[in-house]
Amino acid sequence: MDSMTLIATASIITAGLTIGLGSIAPALGEGKAVSTALSSLAQQPDASSTITRTLFVGLAMIESIAIYCFVVSMILIFANPFWNHVIAQTSGK
Amino acid sequence: MRISPDELVIWRHGFFVLNSTIVTTWTLMLVMVVGAKLITRKIKVEGVISRWQGVLEIVVTSIQKQIEDVGLRHPKKYLSFIGTLFVFIAFANLCTILPWYDPPTGSLSTTAALAICVFVAVPIFGIAQQGLGGYLRSYVQPTFIMLPFNIISQVSRTLALAIRLFGNTMSAAMIIGILLTITPLFFPIFMNLLGLLTGMVQAYIFSILATVYIAAATRSSEV
Repeated sequence: MDSMTLIATASIITAGLTIGLGSIAPALGEGKAVSTALSSLAQQPDASSTITRTLFVGLAMIESIAIYCFVVSMILIFANPFWNHVIAQTSGK
Repeated sequence: MRISPDELVIWRHGFFVLNSTIVTTWTLMLVMVVGAKLITRKIKVEGVISRWQGVLEIVVTSIQKQIEDVGLRHPKKYLSFIGTLFVFIAFANLCTILPWYDPPTGSLSTTAALAICVFVAVPIFGIAQQGLGGYLRSYVQPTFIMLPFNIISQVSRTLALAIRLFGNTMSAAMIIGILLTITPLFFPIFMNLLGLLTGMVQAYIFSILATVYIAAATRSSEV
């Protein structure tokens, strides 16, 4: 397998695995966060604005982990420096 | 496939490049400034106020209330900075409903610039409130060993702010683009709605996180 095929294969597989595995844990964490927020809302409904705001901030922090995985995956597919380098080499020849 | 509006160059003269991000940002700024100027031309304190003045009052007072709820006393000092962050990001993300519009927050340059503004503003507000010694002392709370971790957390928070906003906006635009080539009738509309919702939520999150960081920097240790 020459280096071009190797780079392409590795990038494709890694991009898929990154976003696939990387969204499992944030999704589980967000589910747990929302369920705890709902039960505390049921216990104290008049603190609902504080609970909702804290819930959204927490969800954004958890979500950013999934966003990092997505950005890496997008870079591997669309702005891959190794692929660009290899393409520049083969087109320059 | 274009990953960022930075790549669409509208005009170039040697070193100076005018790309879609810059043009869109300045257009948004122009619309907001001219709109606000027009609405507050005949601003009334009592009696019946115009509808647009009522809208602006709702926006300003609710941002001020949010800043106060997070724990910053004297919210008026920080209202202009945090309000600008929220209004700019919200308007930029809301305008995705217009055709042929590329949100400037989908470019890492814009989000990095906004995050660097927050990174610079937190020490400025902290020093203004607590003095230089008081602010620097907060880096060694609660023990001296925490100094490198506090410094690293400052840098990583800024990075996280930039990438969070960029990732959310870029992914919304890209999902719609990909779906348009696969199922072009109804499903992209739902993804557009989802993109609008996440755009609003991300604007709120950005400004609330900026408020929380400023509150952490200006909080005096006796409280």
